[in-house]
Amino acid sequence: MKPTETGDSEYFHRVVDCQWACPAHTDIPEYIRLIAQGRFTDAYMVNRESNIFPGILGRVCDRPCEPACRRTRVDEKPVAICRLKRVAADHKEDIRERLPNIPERKNGKRIALVGAGCASLAVCNDLMPLGYECTIFERLSVPGGLMRYNIPAFRLPAQVLDEEIGYIVDMGVDLRLNSPVESMKALLDEGFDAVFVGSGAPKGKELNLPGREEGDANIHIGIEWLESVAFKHTQQIGKRVLIIGVGNTAMDCCRTSLRLGAKDVKVMARKPRQFFKASDWELEDAEEEQVEIIINHSPKEFVVENGQLKGMTFEVMEYDITDGRITDSRVVEETFIEADDVILAIGQETAFPWIERDIGIEFNEWDEPVVDRETYQSTLPGIFFGGDAAFGPENIIWAVEHGHQAAISIHNHVHDKPVTERLPRMVKLSTRKMGIHEWSYSNDFEPAARRQMEHVPLTERFREIDTEVELGFTAEQTACEVERCLNCDIQTVFFDELCIECDACIDICPTQCLTITPGAGDEDALRQKLTAPAENTDQPIYISDQLKQTGRLMVKDENVCLHCGLCAERCPTAAWDMQKSLVDIPYARDHDVSPCRQRQTGS
Amino acid sequence: MSFITKPKVQWSGQRRNPLGLTIRDYEGGMSTLCAGCGHDSVTAALVQAFWELAIKPEQVIKMSGIGCSSKTPAYFLNGAHGFNSVHGRMPSVATGALAAQRDLIAVGISGDGDSLSIGMGQFAHAVRRNINLLYIIENNGVYGLTKGQFSASADPGSKSKAGIENRQQAIDPVATAISLGGSFAARSFSGDKAQLVPLIKAGLAHPGCAVLDVISPCVTFNDHEGSTKSYAWTREHHESVNSPDLVEPADAIEASYDEGQELPVKLHDDSVIRFRKLESDYDPGDRARALEYLERHRAEGKVVTGLLYFDPNQPEFHQLSGTALQPLRDIDFERLNPGADGLEQMQKKMR
Repeated sequence: MKPTETGDSEYFHRVVDCQWACPAHTDIPEYIRLIAQGRFTDAYMVNRESNIFPGILGRVCDRPCEPACRRTRVDEKPVAICRLKRVAADHKEDIRERLPNIPERKNGKRIALVGAGCASLAVCNDLMPLGYECTIFERLSVPGGLMRYNIPAFRLPAQVLDEEIGYIVDMGVDLRLNSPVESMKALLDEGFDAVFVGSGAPKGKELNLPGREEGDANIHIGIEWLESVAFKHTQQIGKRVLIIGVGNTAMDCCRTSLRLGAKDVKVMARKPRQFFKASDWELEDAEEEQVEIIINHSPKEFVVENGQLKGMTFEVMEYDITDGRITDSRVVEETFIEADDVILAIGQETAFPWIERDIGIEFNEWDEPVVDRETYQSTLPGIFFGGDAAFGPENIIWAVEHGHQAAISIHNHVHDKPVTERLPRMVKLSTRKMGIHEWSYSNDFEPAARRQMEHVPLTERFREIDTEVELGFTAEQTACEVERCLNCDIQTVFFDELCIECDACIDICPTQCLTITPGAGDEDALRQKLTAPAENTDQPIYISDQLKQTGRLMVKDENVCLHCGLCAERCPTAAWDMQKSLVDIPYARDHDVSPCRQRQTGS
Repeated sequence: MSFITKPKVQWSGQRRNPLGLTIRDYEGGMSTLCAGCGHDSVTAALVQAFWELAIKPEQVIKMSGIGCSSKTPAYFLNGAHGFNSVHGRMPSVATGALAAQRDLIAVGISGDGDSLSIGMGQFAHAVRRNINLLYIIENNGVYGLTKGQFSASADPGSKSKAGIENRQQAIDPVATAISLGGSFAARSFSGDKAQLVPLIKAGLAHPGCAVLDVISPCVTFNDHEGSTKSYAWTREHHESVNSPDLVEPADAIEASYDEGQELPVKLHDDSVIRFRKLESDYDPGDRARALEYLERHRAEGKVVTGLLYFDPNQPEFHQLSGTALQPLRDIDFERLNPGADGLEQMQKKMR
């Protein structure tokens, strides 16, 4: 069988499940280790390198890392990665000295950015230290985009936003507030070297049912309503509120309603719980606040009497579900639910009424711009899209990654390099062996369960609209939670030429990951032949070269490896070593755009 | 050795045996043997065999003498009974334990020093009496605990780590067991669990003394060039006479055996391990041929492994002694104790 190629960037990177799942490839195990050592500022900076907003994301990130966490496969719940990020942000010292220097002499390239949200800010973060002059045009009076007006302050306090946005704006970004861009053509005429569109997906989806127009005064579009609350234009709502939709925006709407005086809030879902779009933790937080989530109710009509909204009628649905898919559905009955206000939170989409359709930016059949998935360039060279504006609603961490990638493209583009000329990710390995029985990482397996985040008591949290609900981890909770991390970045690296096939590693492995085998016809067959069959095909198996004594192969199933280092500890010949993998992620600054210098030869 | 305890951890997809136990439930304490010691592999093979056979740990007694090998019982089956006895005296303790409680599943773990030097006499008589015991000899050819002097199983001509040649003759425990009239004699290699685990299972099932000599390299004192008990040497020179195949109970009834080609060994749960012949001229039922075969291959420098001699019909210790079927432990004191009069009667007979 073919030995596994570990020389490229992919293999060891994939083993670090959380980092692989993070769109921005944040070095999660490394910053958790720094937190464990009490080095909060260092942990913050490791975070900031890739995700730019550790304080913000430590509260509201969509956390693709957590479902991926290896811990979920040896324990029920993942490491509280997101909340540990907040620990670093909460306890760090002043980091301003550690931010990159901004050159006084600019490089003469001017970039226009539309919208002061996370994507545009990420572009500025990468380009300002290279001498660019960045100008952000923002429609509202404050920067932050959806982070500011779509995420309620009880989840994300304004001072956290101000601080982390400030680090970027203070690099010398020309931030023009209250300056909506009305015309792309006009913007292009101003002579910018490149334009980045990070204007989000600001249009909430409409629900056109009978009674919609008549009841308009009490029917609100979720994201518009949240914005109006954020700017204190809306300060109250009726006692009985129905939220239509069950995504994360719906969760923010229902919890915000409670803080504006609603007493009876129901979230109406068309489908059963397993099909909800909202993250589990957001659902839990809403339910903790006594929000009722009602499933299998499909909206039919807004009921309005004498110009006043009375409630809504719903069709009660029944579904046939096989293998997690709905195969058939039928209406069982109809029901009326009273309401004073209804908030529609059924999705949002991009809108570009300000981009002229005849200037070379192509739009697809859904009226979305055609954007390259790798370079983020539109069909008009020099115009880039990122964040929700590029491919529709995703989340903050994706927007940040779009920003990093678009910054590379912009950097190349303005220096007449092809935008596709991008550096690959690399993985560096270095041993963690300190002595015969000493490893420079904490490799003891901590059997503790995930720590519970403390919340402000229900009786107190509704008094002020912006009381942050989560209190953050205590020192004790942090100390325990960091040790739950399995150190997946400390890789088990195998040297086949040293192996004497004594089986010591196989015998000591606490999760039966290792096997020495003559091999099999193909990988599927091999997976079944291992000490414990490797049933999780999402996880790679490592196959060594032929071993010296018998020509057999060392095979490792990565699935539940604890990275405890016992294989390396037990190996009499150091054929196994524990090595820290550092994923080297290229940013704009790493791309050399200087014209080819002629090397002088001879005397 | 390692200083990190093997963590207890559950994971999704972990397999359980019919008792609902995971393989980790059959483990013992943390090994303090050298990293890479063959004995740890023997431990792992024992753990695997007991787990696969779904034997309750409390049904088992594990016994040993003194030496690196004799530390092994501490590393498997935490829930079993155990006795770590005087150097070379494991068979006496085993005899006593089994005399009192004949329904115990007994494992004796010894080494080449413990059984072939100081305990040679004990070893010989345990085999002769056919005590119902799996007698494992972890054989590495050196005294590891005292820093690597040649043991009684070191081959003449093999070299110590310091380069000194061994000139004394070697005792082969398998040939010795056969010539002593043993009912089960097998050899395996710690680095070949595919063979070792089924042999352990067969030995546990065998009603009598099952001698299992396991070449178990000493990674610290006897894994160099010039050694004939190293990983590399054993791998190069070991030759299997038969290869095990497990047949599950349901199939066992149906399965037909090719008398000439296969050797079935019935286990406690009525499943059968089928040893498939690899050497066509080898018959593990023929004592004389077996000894001749061993001798011929020893002269060629080969390490013969597999189930080398097997006679399931030889009566074991309790049958030979005509003792009660009920374990003595379970018999009421009144019945067990003849009383002063009974003793008097008995003594009279002997006068």
